[in-house]
Amino acid sequence: MALDDFDRELIAATQGGLPLVARPYEAVGAMLGVPGERVRERLAEMLASGLVRRIGAVPNHYRLGYTANGMSVWDVDDAQVDALGARVGALTFVSHCYRRPRHAPAWPYNLFAMLHGRSREEVERQACEIATLLGAACAGHEILYSTAILKKTGLRLPET
Amino acid sequence: MTPLMLSPEDVRILVRLHGGLPLSDRPFAEVGAELGLEEDALIERLRALLAQGVLTRFGPLFQIERAGGRFVLAALAVPEARYEQVTALVNSLPEVAHNYRREHALNMWFVVAAESPEKTRAALDRIEALTDLPVFAFPKEREFFVELKLPLDHLREEPPDGA
Repeated sequence: MALDDFDRELIAATQGGLPLVARPYEAVGAMLGVPGERVRERLAEMLASGLVRRIGAVPNHYRLGYTANGMSVWDVDDAQVDALGARVGALTFVSHCYRRPRHAPAWPYNLFAMLHGRSREEVERQACEIATLLGAACAGHEILYSTAILKKTGLRLPET
Repeated sequence: MTPLMLSPEDVRILVRLHGGLPLSDRPFAEVGAELGLEEDALIERLRALLAQGVLTRFGPLFQIERAGGRFVLAALAVPEARYEQVTALVNSLPEVAHNYRREHALNMWFVVAAESPEKTRAALDRIEALTDLPVFAFPKEREFFVELKLPLDHLREEPPDGA
């Protein structure tokens, strides 16, 4: 989906959140000088194309008690990583799961799964479950815990 | 930070509004009707959840890759003595959306978001030039599942009879 100027304005106006008012799309339209109808139509198209993943609440893991956030990384046999990655991604405690390139020798890991728990012990248990699932296809893993948020702006479309 | 106890009503709101805000003229009236809440009351609860920090925001979640844009996860091995300085340098780029300190030799992990792969590459090159450290880029090659599946049940207050 190619972005035009209106799309950029629409993204800039809404990526920080919708106004919490009775007619939120009308309010966004008022900011952009168009009817709310146009905002709704374009957001519907963006949803259909996948440019908008969803419209709703974005919870704060930390505030909900999920204070242990571990990026688990796995060295999985290349021939099996896609099939196994799909199974890891489907686990309820995995929020994001991706295959990414290795940087040998410093970084042998090719599967990343974000884990969220209320304690590190809980995250370790989740990692054990993944290790069991991967079995002999996995040659090693680590869990990288976040210890500080250095920046979190939301994924902004940079000004162009 | 003490985890918040959410009321059963808040949990219902979060579960219903994880996505799927209707694209209608009065979406909160519509969702309120489903949940048995007045439009005003629902808006008020959402404002409160935002104010308490339970929600980081409420609105559309964009996936700019679908418009040709690109996110790339990248990491640096930052010497401890330079950590603060490098943090400031990396964070100064508007393309850097998230940045986390992690316990590892690769101790700084950030996401670069730009409208095109070229701009993303340029931002990573600029970080290398600014910090004089090699950037390890981890572009996603395949996404297996991305969905928030946090079980919210434990956040409900225990009913008095333990039922």
